[in-house]
Amino acid sequence: MGRHKERKMSVNIEDKLFLDRFHVNEEPHIRIVDDVKCMNKCEDQPCLYFCPANVYRLEKDHIVAAYEGCLECGSCRIGCPLLNIEWKFPVGGYGVSHRFG
Amino acid sequence: MQEEFDVAIVGAGPAGISASHILAGKGIKTIVFERGEYPGAKNISGGVLYGHDLAGIVPGFIERGCPVERNIVESRLWYLSRDGGYSVSFMDKAFRERLSFNAFTVGRAKFDRWFAEEAKKKGALVASGTVVTDLLRDADNRVIGVGTDRPDGNVKAKVVLLADGINSVLAAKTGFRSEPKPSDIALAVKEVIEISEDMINERFNVDPGQGTTIEIIGEITGGMDGIAVIYTNKKTLSLCIGANLSDFMKNKIKPYEMLEAFKTHPMVAPLIKGGQSKEYMAHWIAEGGYDAMPQLCGDGYLIAGDSAMLFNALHREGSNMAITSGRYAANTILEAFDKGDFSRNGLKGYPERLQSSYIIKDLKKYRRFNSFRLHHHEFFTLFPKLSGFAAREMLTVDGVSKKDKQRAILKKMKEEFSIFKMLRIVWGGIRSVK
Repeated sequence: MGRHKERKMSVNIEDKLFLDRFHVNEEPHIRIVDDVKCMNKCEDQPCLYFCPANVYRLEKDHIVAAYEGCLECGSCRIGCPLLNIEWKFPVGGYGVSHRFG
Repeated sequence: MQEEFDVAIVGAGPAGISASHILAGKGIKTIVFERGEYPGAKNISGGVLYGHDLAGIVPGFIERGCPVERNIVESRLWYLSRDGGYSVSFMDKAFRERLSFNAFTVGRAKFDRWFAEEAKKKGALVASGTVVTDLLRDADNRVIGVGTDRPDGNVKAKVVLLADGINSVLAAKTGFRSEPKPSDIALAVKEVIEISEDMINERFNVDPGQGTTIEIIGEITGGMDGIAVIYTNKKTLSLCIGANLSDFMKNKIKPYEMLEAFKTHPMVAPLIKGGQSKEYMAHWIAEGGYDAMPQLCGDGYLIAGDSAMLFNALHREGSNMAITSGRYAANTILEAFDKGDFSRNGLKGYPERLQSSYIIKDLKKYRRFNSFRLHHHEFFTLFPKLSGFAAREMLTVDGVSKKDKQRAILKKMKEEFSIFKMLRIVWGGIRSVK
């Protein structure tokens, strides 16, 4: 663990997401159900770390979900300790489209 | 629209498309719903497919234009410490002759599209860009079709095959399968890196068209229960790294930072040097095994592939199980049409076929493997560190006698861990996969 941190580097996730093709729908497919819970009841806020697309970002007094770059793994849906994230599939044809897969 | 089909299949991945091949080939009116822009748009695997299972659906798949990247002739296993590691490798010329295409790499966006096109030629209808949002049920709770996100998008069917993958929102909503627990899932990220075809041949010591897989565990996953792989494609490499989701939740490690650190490991960096990243993806892996499997069929429906959690976590086999479970599902559906019975009882040939096949036998064999790993993180922390230290010491020529080196290694091991406990863990590991 400690050792891993030594080698930890700052990675620009935007550069990685830039490689992918997204069809962004205006209607978000992710919704944080209760903003207050994230700040008052969730000590670890693991979504800020495990999300592979860094969708979840801490702003002053709440967590925002930048759904546009979601890679649709589904981890937040079952990994939110309070099950406070509503995650649906994007509307048919929208979201990420892999070219290689 | 309220159109009526014999069979509605949810998901145009290996399981769903395999079933559609067989059903449409027998004249059964079959529709496959795919939420992606095209089949494969949402699908990811490390990238290895298995010829035996695919030939059960498309005999002569190579001649029929299957988009193969490379035929796998060599399998390597790496056990990595932070600065180096052990490598074991097996290659056999049988894999380029008699056993050619036993295993081969594919890019799923291309493969799934081809596979679906072949099914269309047999008469299957593939409706891309369509999300199945609900199951239609009659008064007796039998499944009688699907609801979609198209306007007037209900479609009736005598049987529904659920092949919608590991991340199934439909499962969560309708309860045909319970939501997986974080400990039943690995979260993996993948990057496709382009280098030239010649460079891959040189760096992996393979002839054109032939390839290598590398499966990797060790300190690379930051102490979490995880795995990485490097697979050769025609002119790209697939790099994947992942760990159990419950470990990610505890450890506050970002998947993409773990991936970048992996790329700088001294055994990995030379292989990808000069490469250009082409795509970045994330997906779940079903690691729960036998005990995480849902009920495999009910009145009017069956479940196949990842959706049914059919995955062998030790051997990294899943796409083969998807293809073959799709075939069994289709054969069972054909029987049900003969009998005119689409109830759970009429579909019970499906779990029976799975039970007597390698699929359930393998899942049973490795039933305890997942929980064993989750309870022994030493395999990802202390053991690779100590084994790396031991090999480095023995290989360092510095005037110290080998006996003294052995003593120093044993002393260091005892400082960090009881030898007795280590033996007990190794024994437990063997038992979990025996």
